[in-house]
Amino acid sequence: MSSITATNKRGFGAFLWDYLTTVDHKKIAHLYLAGGGFFFILGGLEALVIRIQLIKPQNDFVSAGFFNEMITMHGTTMIFLAGMPILIGLMNAAMPLQIGARDVAFPFLNSLSFWLFFFGGVLLNVSFLLGGAPDAGWTSYASLAMQSPGRGVDFYIAGLQIAGAGTLMGGINFLATIITMRAPGMTYMRMPLFTWATFITSVLILFAFPPLTINLFLLMFDRMFDTAFFDVALGGNTIIYQHLFWIFGHPEVYILILPLFGLFSEVFSTFSRKRLFGYTAMVFATMLIAFLGFMVWAHHMFTVGLGPVANSIFAVGTMAIAVPTGIKIFNWILTMWGGQVTVNSAMLWALGFIPSFTIGGMTGVMLGSAVADYQYHDTYFVVAHFHYVIVGGTIFGIFSGLHYWWPKMFGRVLNETLGKVGFWFFFIGFHLTFFIQHFLGLMGMPRRYWVFLHDQGLELGNLISTIGAFAMAVGSTIFIINIVVTAVKGEKAVADPWDGRTLEWSVSSPPPYYNFEQVPLVRGLDPLWIEKMEGDGTMPPGEPLDDVHMPNGSFLPFLMGLGFFVAGFGFIYQTDYTMAYLALYGGMAFAIGCMAVRSVKDDYGYYIPKEELQKALEGEAK
Amino acid sequence: MNGWMGKLRTALLLGSVMFILSACGRDNLTALVPKGYGADISMDLIILTTVVMTGVLIVVMILFTIVLIRFRKKKGDPVINPEQVEGHKTLEAVWTIIPIILVVIMAVPTVLATFHLADDTDAADHINIDVTGNQYWWHYDYQNEEIATSQDMYIPVGTKVYVNLITSDVLHSFWVPSLSGKLDVNPENVNTMYIEAYEEGVYFGKCAELCGPSHSLMDFKVVVVSEEEYEQWVTDMQDFDSEELELDAVAQEGKELFDEKSCIGCHATDNQNYSAGSVPVGPDLTSFGDRSRFAGYLEPTKEELVHWIQDPETLKPGNLMTGSYPELNDDEADKIAEYLMQLKPSEVTAESKED
Repeated sequence: MSSITATNKRGFGAFLWDYLTTVDHKKIAHLYLAGGGFFFILGGLEALVIRIQLIKPQNDFVSAGFFNEMITMHGTTMIFLAGMPILIGLMNAAMPLQIGARDVAFPFLNSLSFWLFFFGGVLLNVSFLLGGAPDAGWTSYASLAMQSPGRGVDFYIAGLQIAGAGTLMGGINFLATIITMRAPGMTYMRMPLFTWATFITSVLILFAFPPLTINLFLLMFDRMFDTAFFDVALGGNTIIYQHLFWIFGHPEVYILILPLFGLFSEVFSTFSRKRLFGYTAMVFATMLIAFLGFMVWAHHMFTVGLGPVANSIFAVGTMAIAVPTGIKIFNWILTMWGGQVTVNSAMLWALGFIPSFTIGGMTGVMLGSAVADYQYHDTYFVVAHFHYVIVGGTIFGIFSGLHYWWPKMFGRVLNETLGKVGFWFFFIGFHLTFFIQHFLGLMGMPRRYWVFLHDQGLELGNLISTIGAFAMAVGSTIFIINIVVTAVKGEKAVADPWDGRTLEWSVSSPPPYYNFEQVPLVRGLDPLWIEKMEGDGTMPPGEPLDDVHMPNGSFLPFLMGLGFFVAGFGFIYQTDYTMAYLALYGGMAFAIGCMAVRSVKDDYGYYIPKEELQKALEGEAK
Repeated sequence: MNGWMGKLRTALLLGSVMFILSACGRDNLTALVPKGYGADISMDLIILTTVVMTGVLIVVMILFTIVLIRFRKKKGDPVINPEQVEGHKTLEAVWTIIPIILVVIMAVPTVLATFHLADDTDAADHINIDVTGNQYWWHYDYQNEEIATSQDMYIPVGTKVYVNLITSDVLHSFWVPSLSGKLDVNPENVNTMYIEAYEEGVYFGKCAELCGPSHSLMDFKVVVVSEEEYEQWVTDMQDFDSEELELDAVAQEGKELFDEKSCIGCHATDNQNYSAGSVPVGPDLTSFGDRSRFAGYLEPTKEELVHWIQDPETLKPGNLMTGSYPELNDDEADKIAEYLMQLKPSEVTAESKED
């Protein structure tokens, strides 16, 4: 008995150590999904607190100060700590497989990206335990953020700075991977749409995150080191903060949605058993959306008083984005047209996306009309709009992607019944919560309101909205139950459960740690489908069987993250306590020391002998 | 399932239409019933874009429904391999060009309206009110009239009134939904817009930019009165002198307490010491007795006022009055309240305009 316990314990220790040191993109994907999933639950609970507070007029469920912490942390968590990490997790899980690569270009960096996100997220959230979370909104506009007492906003700065560095590295890593590591024959215009979306999203990350970094530094200098970039009394300017924030912030919206545009393209195509309609147009529409995404940031600032010239230019630019987005919607529908449409959980989420996101896009264009926006701006109309795109697009997409790739990632197929029931709860709850908010906004309810007053005609709408939020919570809970049920007694997944079209379905579920014994030869778009139709259904090898080079695992990324985490505390508290410099310098020295070790110590990795691969191949053949 | 979806969509659409018909929100608050020029212009664009985009939504939904009905794999259908269509140049051109045309249809009126509303060349010919946003109250300085007040802004009906906005602390946003769209209240520059009300009445104003814990309680009112009433109100405000008020004994004691407890240090009670451009530390109380709400949102009763004077923190968390004056017992608070409620310079009040 005791020996079994000991084995289990050793087993768990080994399991933990494996994940702490892994540089395998598939395991890093698991980490991202677990971390992002945890923060998604946290952000969801914060949303419920917000909705309970607003269930009736002048409610006192939470205090005004705590409410502002809730809205700030809900937004920040959902965008930076739930949405993006889960997306990066899906990219990690699928993209290298889709291009026929054995890993990402920089596996060590990939691990470091994750740990920076993880420690940044934890740093942001420990603020709850240390005297109050950030409370100046997820945008943390300079004037209020400068004035905000306590350390909350400092945690926001330090946490996002660390997590953002990880994201930036991740973006660079994916770019290098897609540019250099495509299998023979996998030309750019044969890449699956999800890989294209990953590529374009990474470009967005590369250009959008530096402005955020700079902005956070400026705010940090102002708050911690007495500069005056945003201090009007000393000649600073708060509008600059808004510009820098949205030069990052608008592309950020596309960082959150473009990967899902890619994913939906795969899902619609796979479950309609049809090639994506208008592939080339889809690729260029994605690029155009990304490009225009950098040109429209000031539509978040129509009411700032930029003047009619700026407002007009940004209004027209914003409306123009509707054109490539429209192309995508119609191409998706035409992908299904004439196909054989199988409606399972993954597809259900994708189908739910079309009406939801179209409404979000519709209100997006409406918001683009600058003078109309004078009414919409900073009201529940805007809240409704961005939840229609971020929940109706990003979150629906994440659920679709999880159902779609769960077999590939974890070797088991998620339960269909639970999947569908969960979808309907979430879908109906979502529309209940947010549709009414368009009207609440126009009826005079600004966003970020701790209370709405009696007798202002806002009672019914808010009540409906709160009921909807609980239905969404039920839907999410059913998904979590689904994960547990599937893990305990889920059906084992075959390599290709959906009769897929792309390379990830040509390897076992889950794939071997080296992905491909031999990198496949790609003969066209939807390479696996081509082999099914014209070949023997398996991918022909694109290289002779040979020893495969693999990177060693490393604990250093975790330690580097830890170093910056400690340094983060040092930065936050050095204004109050001299002792904090110990943490600041100590943490930085430790992290930089780890980097030095990494730079100086040669790590050549190891080789998998071809005999082992030969055996694996023979095993598959049987 | 597709039937389900269809029904759900219909229910949603129907529901929203019924919702619009039955309740557009509270009168004089909702932007859906515009009662001023700016709100009108915005509403035209809201309707235009809603109609155009709903058209697009309907087209998408029709195609979507047809796809789900015609191409859905039913139980027992054999698996088939449909034709692998690459695309269709004409179709793709159609759904590129039509949206471009739709965008132009929406963009042109938008640009015209943006420039039209931004035209403030005639500002000098109209009433100008310098508005200062403060955590969590609004101050109004009437240019050339030598009067100032807070919270309730009186303007004449049917004419342009320019508001010049700036903040003394953090960002705010000035929004009177029924009269006009909003404009941010920045610390570094004065933003100018005009409001023009079509009807007399009391309009709800809101702060629309997160400005701290009591952001949601930073309500104000715009009291729209007739031209003559406005003239009357301005004269009354100019003439009002709180020193010459005939007060009963209780109120008189309240007045003395008001000085003694250093309330007077932050709050003006008349415009006798008006100086152009200066913003008091606390709200100007000249017309306090006529206020439609106390502290922006409390019913204007003596109980609420006593409560407010004794414990502002509970009623408006994060306000800057808390702790800046000595504690007041029930009796003292009651007397001060009695005094303040007698600061009624004019017959022209918000109450007379409430429906």
